[in-house]
This record gives sequence, C-alpha cells and structure tokens, in this order.
Amino acid sequence: MKVALFVPCYVDQFYPNAAIATLELLEKLGCEVHYPKNQTCCGQPMANSGYEHLTGACNNLFIGNFSGYDYIVCPSGSCTLHIKEHLHSHQNEAMAADIRKRVFELTEFLVDILRVESLDASFPYKVGLHQSCHGLRGLRISQMTELVAPPFSKPAQLLDMVKGLELVPLNRADDCCGFGGTFCVVEEAVSSKMGKDRVDDHIAHGAQYITSADLSCLMHMEGILRRQGSDVKVIHVAEILNHSIK
Amino acid sequence: MSSTATKDHPQLAAIFNRDEPRVDWHDETLWWVRAKRDIAAHKLPEWELLRETASQIKNNVLSNLSSYLEQFEANAIKNGVTVHWAADAREHNQIIHKLLSDKGINRMVKSKSMLTEECHLNEYLLQQGIDVIDSDLGERIVQLAGEPPSHIVLPCIHKKKEEIGDIFHEHLGSAKGESDPKILTETARQHLREVFLTRRAALTGVNFAIAETGEIVICTNEGNADMGAHLAEIHIASMGMEKIIPQRKHLGVFLRLLTRSATGQPITTYSSHFAKPQDGKEIHIVIVDNGRSIQLGREDFRNSLKCIRCGACMNTCPVYRKSGGHSYHTAVAGPIGSILAPNLDMEKYADLPFASTLCGSCSNVCPVKIDIHDQLYKWRQVIVKAGYTPKAKTLAMKGMAFTLASPALYRAAGKMGRWTFKYAPFAVNNGANPWYKHREMPKAPEQSFGEWYAKRKDQHK
Repeated sequence: MKVALFVPCYVDQFYPNAAIATLELLEKLGCEVHYPKNQTCCGQPMANSGYEHLTGACNNLFIGNFSGYDYIVCPSGSCTLHIKEHLHSHQNEAMAADIRKRVFELTEFLVDILRVESLDASFPYKVGLHQSCHGLRGLRISQMTELVAPPFSKPAQLLDMVKGLELVPLNRADDCCGFGGTFCVVEEAVSSKMGKDRVDDHIAHGAQYITSADLSCLMHMEGILRRQGSDVKVIHVAEILNHSIK
Repeated sequence: MSSTATKDHPQLAAIFNRDEPRVDWHDETLWWVRAKRDIAAHKLPEWELLRETASQIKNNVLSNLSSYLEQFEANAIKNGVTVHWAADAREHNQIIHKLLSDKGINRMVKSKSMLTEECHLNEYLLQQGIDVIDSDLGERIVQLAGEPPSHIVLPCIHKKKEEIGDIFHEHLGSAKGESDPKILTETARQHLREVFLTRRAALTGVNFAIAETGEIVICTNEGNADMGAHLAEIHIASMGMEKIIPQRKHLGVFLRLLTRSATGQPITTYSSHFAKPQDGKEIHIVIVDNGRSIQLGREDFRNSLKCIRCGACMNTCPVYRKSGGHSYHTAVAGPIGSILAPNLDMEKYADLPFASTLCGSCSNVCPVKIDIHDQLYKWRQVIVKAGYTPKAKTLAMKGMAFTLASPALYRAAGKMGRWTFKYAPFAVNNGANPWYKHREMPKAPEQSFGEWYAKRKDQHK
C-alpha cells in the first residue's frame, strides 16, 4: 500500500515530532510511506479568510505532489477536510477529484482503512481528548453531541488500545477551542477566551496531557497553558499511538 | 445604538470581554439552554428525521414561494383578512402607520416580532408620535433599558436579575433593590395588564402562515400576543414572506421542533391560530420582502430563508456565548444573523461572516438543517471579492499565496521564521502581535520535518 504523507505546513515547521510519529506509526503498521518533498500548504489559511480565489497555484502544486498514491494521510483533520472540500483545478479537475477521494485524516485511516484493532503502545497518563471541529463535524471522526445518533469516536477507540492511558471526561465534550485560523488574531479577545475555557475544562478533570487529531487546536491551547505556567502538556494523538512502539 | 454602529464585531466583543466573570455568566447561561435543548431532542428517537422533514418542507416552500404566497393571500382574503405587501422596511412601516393614523390611534401594544426590529418600526412610529409598548417580558425590559434585543428568543438574556430590578424600580415603581424574579414578573404583569386593556391596536409577528387555509400561527410562552390581539379592535401581523408552510398538517413537524430547539420545552405554551377577525374587528397581515427576494436569488444563500427563528444556533455558538448578541450590531445576532445581514448591507456587515471559527455546531442544531457554517465560508468569499476587506489583509494573503505556491520560497520562509522565533523572539513576542496578548508563541524546533526527513533518507541510502 503506497501512502503519501501530507504534513501540514505549521506541523512541518513547528511540530516535526508529530509528523515523525505519524510516519513511524504508518511504517510500523506496514504502509510504504512516501513524503513528497515539495509540499507546502493545503491553502486553507487563504480560503478560510475569503481568498479561496488565490489558492489556484497552491492547489496545482498539491495535485502535482500527491497524485499516484493509493492513499494520502495527514495528521490533521482540518487540512484533510480542506482538501476534501476545496481542492479544485482548472487544469486537472479529474486528478483533483481523485485526490479528494484518497485523502484521509490519520485516525480515520487507521480505523477505517487499516482496521487497526490493537497497538503496542503505552502512555501511562491522564489524557483529555480535544475534539477538533473540522475532524469532528467535517470529517465526522467522532459522533457530535448535537445529533441524536449513536456515539462513536475513532481517536478515542485508538487511544483505548494504549496501555496505561486514562481518558478523562469533560463538561463540554466538543466545544470549539477558538483557534479558527485567522480568527485567532482577528477576533483575539473571543478566541483566547474560548481557548482558556477549553483548557480549564481539561485541567478541572485532572488531565496531564491534552491530545487531539489536530495540532492547530493544540498549538492554541499550548499557547494558553504556557502563558499560565501550567504543567499540563499538549501532544498530538500520533505521538501517543506511536509511544513505545519501537 | 450609535456607539455600536461604528464598531465592528471584534471591537465590540473585546469590550464585552473586559468583564470576564460576566462573560462566564453569559456563556454558562446560554450553554444551560443548549443543554436543555439536547435533553429535549434526545427524548425523540425520530429527531433527525423531523429535522430532515422540516428541511424538505421548507425547501419546497422556497421553490414555490410565489404560488404559495398567492394561495395564502387568496385564502386570507376569503377569511375576511386584509393583506398588504411591503417591498421593504420603509413600506412596511408606512403601511402600519397609515393603518393606525386612519383610525386615529396613537398607542399600540406589540408582541415579539424580530421583523419589526429588522424594520426599526418602533423608532419610526415614535417619530410619527405613536407610542409602542412591547408586551413580551424580555422585550419590555430591553425597551425600558433603551436597548435592542440581544437574542431573538431571549431578548434580555444579557441582563442579570439585579439589573432588571433597577430598571423596574426606575420605570415601573418596584421597590429599590428588589430582584426576586416572581415579584418583578408580577410588577410587569400589572403594568402590561393596563396596557392590554387600553390599547386599540395590537401588532404581532407571525411564526407560520398556512397557505392552504390563509391562517397565521403565533407562538408565545406568555400569551401576550393573544392578550393584545383579542382585546384590540385592529390586529396587525407583520410577516416575513418566507414564513409560509403549505398545509396545516405540516405544522406539527415545526411545532415539535421549534421550542425543543429554542429552550428545550416540548411546545410553546400558546400556539395560537388566527384565521378570521371577530365581528366588528379587523385583522391585517403585512407580508414583507425587505431583501428576501434577493436572498432567494442567491443560490448559495437562499436556504437561509428556511429559518424558523428558534435561536438554537446562538445558544450553541461559542462565539455568540462569549461575545454577546449586541456585538453583532444587527437585529438578528449570532450565526444565522451573520448569514442574513450581509444580504441587507454587505459593507456594513462585512465583519459578521468572519465572527466564527467555522466549528459547525450551528448547522448541527439547526432544526431546518440550514448549512450555516458553509454559508459563513461562502459569504467570506463574496465579501472579499466585493472589496470589503482591509487592503493590508489582501496584500498579506497575496504574499502568503505566492510563498506557498513555491516549495523553495516556503522552505526559506519557514527557516527564517523559525530562526526569528529562536534568536529574535522580541520580533513576534510584542504588543503588535494579537496572538501574544493572551498566548505564548510556539517554540521553534531545530529543524523542520522536511529537513529531518531529508537527513533520514540520506542515512538510509
């Protein structure tokens, strides 16, 4: 199975360990992983700001980088959703459509495609799971509290396979952290208040780590935790799932 | 109002956030309503089917709106009701003024109608020398306070009971410092009873207009619409033209959804049908367009007209909960208001589609399944193309698009960025960076993943 690793730009630059964990995890689970080295960004920062019309060159670059693989796997629900919903090309629409079908967020890929049922991982800590909105309500990797429908959670299902890990309950299971791309600077007051309230919920329930399938939310919450001088750390779900599979 | 007119959502929200305990209180109050909604919805196993059914009925209405409106008008006229058509807010206000002045009426009682807020009817009538008293308790409170409603279902949700006590003390003569909700409500009842008994004209909104029968349905918890309409000699109902449902049998779907979504109640206390005027009395229905035809013509945004004004999207919206309804500087606040308002004035409301993280919770609670967060995204594209965004932002976005389209530029920029974070943190950790105000910047690693991967590949060779 030829898998292309799609690493979001900010993960590449600021959180390489999450990408390394994703790569190692996929390799250990038997995938032939390729990293197209000319990748940059999915274009979401422009599109969500209302400048989707400027993303043409970015889209064509993405198509050039990621065509010809069985699957494209990304350790971010948000970037995956952007590709699934907005990757288009005047020159290569057929290739864009093909990529939109093949791109998966990491936890949904592990559960739905690789059908992982056990993991040799250990992480003996209390962990709060932050449900990132785009993975949750866009890709539906977990059930949403608003809907009257049976519960499930792909990230929680995987975290349950990790030895020693205890998931803590939260008062608000899927409230947004307030990152929201450029929202975090344009609406600075509301954004940071939202992040603060999310972090408080995890801390109140004794979480030692906050994890998520999206590092953008974690980056936001980490910024707040570090400003507060908190001991609570953020960690991408891939780093937990890859923990001690060596 | 004037102080909010010149400020945008981020500025107003920042002012709201200066009092953090108040933000917490507002957030918790609205979240409590959202939680009540969840409990009510989860009691109905067929909830999602109900939403889908309501959505499809409303889609059908929007696709056949002109014929349903004509059918409604014909049946209403048969019932002895007078029907008026208003192209815009101004015409709506003028029609109502004429109805009142023809009868020499200069005082009117009004139950909740967000349409009259949208049309600024109260201000207009006041200028014509006509006194309007809002009879919904929450609306009466904000009216006495000289403020617009901050929420379409819970108009004074931003006020604490102590503040309401102060307002009632000043205007209605309740004891100073009295904040017992029971006593304050009784004060309002006595005050409003006198109003109901003495007003010759009553204005109400319309929740549903049934094309098949020509009747209108008005939902309230306080019975204030009924009190006003039954006692007055002329009942004027202001109705947005999208309020149509085809048949009476469809009403059950919407009544089951409306208050469960709004407050978690199974149904409104009063769901009153008005079909024919009583002997010697008059019913007038004013059907208002005010931009709705334009919205109906916008393919991406037309289904915002499915809205039944339950307010569920506001209660669930973390941005609404933490910024307050007045930060939206429009009659209908929150996510639904942010997709309706730009249709009326794109420049004035250019900030609203950006007052969202696109988290999508609004679309999930919407009882008629409006794709609210997708429409917020689409309005952003329309507003940018129409040129209503700051030039600096456009320049920054162009620079970003140029950089991200080139792998070499991207790598160089990334390296430079990480170097700056590491060796010149003062360049980003300062007051000019809005992120840094409440959050630390991420730590810059020694190498990017791309750099790590290139070395690993070399080692594997």
